[in-house]
Amino acid sequence: MSEIPLPHSAKRVVPWWLLRHETMLAVILLIALIVLGGLNNRFLTLDNLLNQGRLTTEVGLIALPMTFIIITGGIDLSVGSIVGLCAILLGYSWKNFGFPLPLAICFSLLVGAAAGFLNGIVITRVKVPPLIMTIATLALYRGLAEGISQARSVRGYPEWFYFIGQENLFGVPAQLWLLLIAIVVSAIVLDRTTFGRTLYAIGNNETAARFSGLPVDRAKLIIYTLSGFMAGLSACVLVSRVTTTRSDMGIGYELDVIAAVVLGGTSIFGGVGTIWGTVVGLAMIQLLKNGLALTGVKGDATIVVIGTVLILSTLVASSLQRRREGI
Amino acid sequence: MTAVTLAGAEADPRRRLKVLASQEALLAIAVIGLAVAVGLYNPRFLAARNLSDVLLGNAYIAVAAVGMSMVIVSGNIDISVGALIGVLATISGTLAVNGAPIVIAWLAALVAGVLVMALQGVIIAYLRIPAIVVTLGMLSILKGGLISVTGGKWITDLPDSFHLADIELSGVLPFPVFLMILVTVLAALWMRYSASGRAIYAVGGNAEAARLCGISQPRTIVMVFALHGLFAGAAALLYATQLRVIQSTVPPNLELTIITASVVGGVSILGGVGTVAGSTLAAVLIAEIASALVFIDVSPYWIRAVQGVLILVTVIADILRRRRMAGA
Repeated sequence: MSEIPLPHSAKRVVPWWLLRHETMLAVILLIALIVLGGLNNRFLTLDNLLNQGRLTTEVGLIALPMTFIIITGGIDLSVGSIVGLCAILLGYSWKNFGFPLPLAICFSLLVGAAAGFLNGIVITRVKVPPLIMTIATLALYRGLAEGISQARSVRGYPEWFYFIGQENLFGVPAQLWLLLIAIVVSAIVLDRTTFGRTLYAIGNNETAARFSGLPVDRAKLIIYTLSGFMAGLSACVLVSRVTTTRSDMGIGYELDVIAAVVLGGTSIFGGVGTIWGTVVGLAMIQLLKNGLALTGVKGDATIVVIGTVLILSTLVASSLQRRREGI
Repeated sequence: MTAVTLAGAEADPRRRLKVLASQEALLAIAVIGLAVAVGLYNPRFLAARNLSDVLLGNAYIAVAAVGMSMVIVSGNIDISVGALIGVLATISGTLAVNGAPIVIAWLAALVAGVLVMALQGVIIAYLRIPAIVVTLGMLSILKGGLISVTGGKWITDLPDSFHLADIELSGVLPFPVFLMILVTVLAALWMRYSASGRAIYAVGGNAEAARLCGISQPRTIVMVFALHGLFAGAAALLYATQLRVIQSTVPPNLELTIITASVVGGVSILGGVGTVAGSTLAAVLIAEIASALVFIDVSPYWIRAVQGVLILVTVIADILRRRRMAGA
């Protein structure tokens, strides 16, 4: 990994930490901020930046466990569908089962975790590749959301429920606190706990990790379940922000989430990545969207940019990695 | 254990063929069985009109699934194909409306399909970026690009001669069904008997062994993706011509239906195994299920959930079967 200075790097004039993917990304982010701010005076205002934070929370909450998953060399494509399913069940259980709203929220979080657990259990026990398993559940969970909702939306939630999605707490959007806590916790878990280091070990060499007696299957089961749970949490925040539930909620989230994680320097081949990188990746993607929107580019064109960024950043990262290994 | 393994290894190719044959036989039985069962419940399901609608309306999925099967057999995946079909249909329709010769409009879809897919193949094979990243990126590029260029406008006033789906061979066989059968048979024969067709299995089954046998893995993958693009072009033409309008948006989740057809058709998601006959039968089965839901008074909103269950069950069964074969 790049933290370890290579012996021959003494020849380099630039310090190694400047060459880290995350540092470079942060510098690019800073330049982008200044340029976009210069182009449009509405961009670099505290209000706008905080609002962008509000908008990025739903994707951000899912990007954290996705970082864990991609570090182990896995992937979870079903997150967008889990968001849809959880949103629908939140509204459906509240309206049709007559659950009190707090219970409905717990129910939808539980369903999210269960959806992730199903992914994890089949991936670890039956050894279905994560890509295929989560493509299957991408169809299944979205199908359940469509089937249960019958394309009807649920609205008219009690006023207090909109707090998390629309109000401020200490001058900062309420859901942003949720994201900040989640970021700090995930960063500590990944960097400072045995569990976090196990994830790197799995991504670097799963067989070796197994032979070293690491609980590989348990770790995987936990991160896929966590991914489902966070998608459920993201669904609650989303419903609270937009005040309605529809079965097409969360479509395409997997693209934003994976793009943020990969752009943040997490290797799609596993073994490398940081939460800090993912956070910078998230900020990049949200600011890209916002900056493009402010300069008059429509929403559909921004996903073209995100798709291109996803491919190019993987290309650059893999060619850098190959050069590093080739030395 | 060793003796059993030896005997098993000798019988293995034949047994594997038998298992595959049974997958296709199973699908054929399911297609007929479902028709009989639903027909008993609601005889209107068996009306010739309905059955031909099911085939006509979904032949393009079977055609696209042939290409997808090749991609999966080679050990890759493509989730951009649904968006590509939308883009190709729009390109072809726009040309036709603007007075280009019909043949050029048709050819344009095929050529553009080959180019886009070959490009993805090159990125995957030579730059060694995982197929899921490349095709996920391409999915959003195509999807966003299509809507921002067309603004979601529908293409109407298509010239009559544009509609491939209207052609009936010798007055009975609709062209989409003919194309579906022709493509399946040709692709099946090619994959079974030609060296380049066998190379797909070799690359997907054991890339290292394939390399040692002198098969170029990158070249095979680019070839597979280029062919997949050709089939996507053909599928786009059927898709564009079956209705009188082209919606200029990406058909939602079309790639999932196509992948489901391939996987349920017996193409192993671990690469190296599968036939296109199975995927075509599976495409027919999926279309039949969608139609059957309506006739047994189940809301069509459940169709995607049914697809999800189908793909999940097939994948798990495939892995368990492989493990049993490996353990025997």
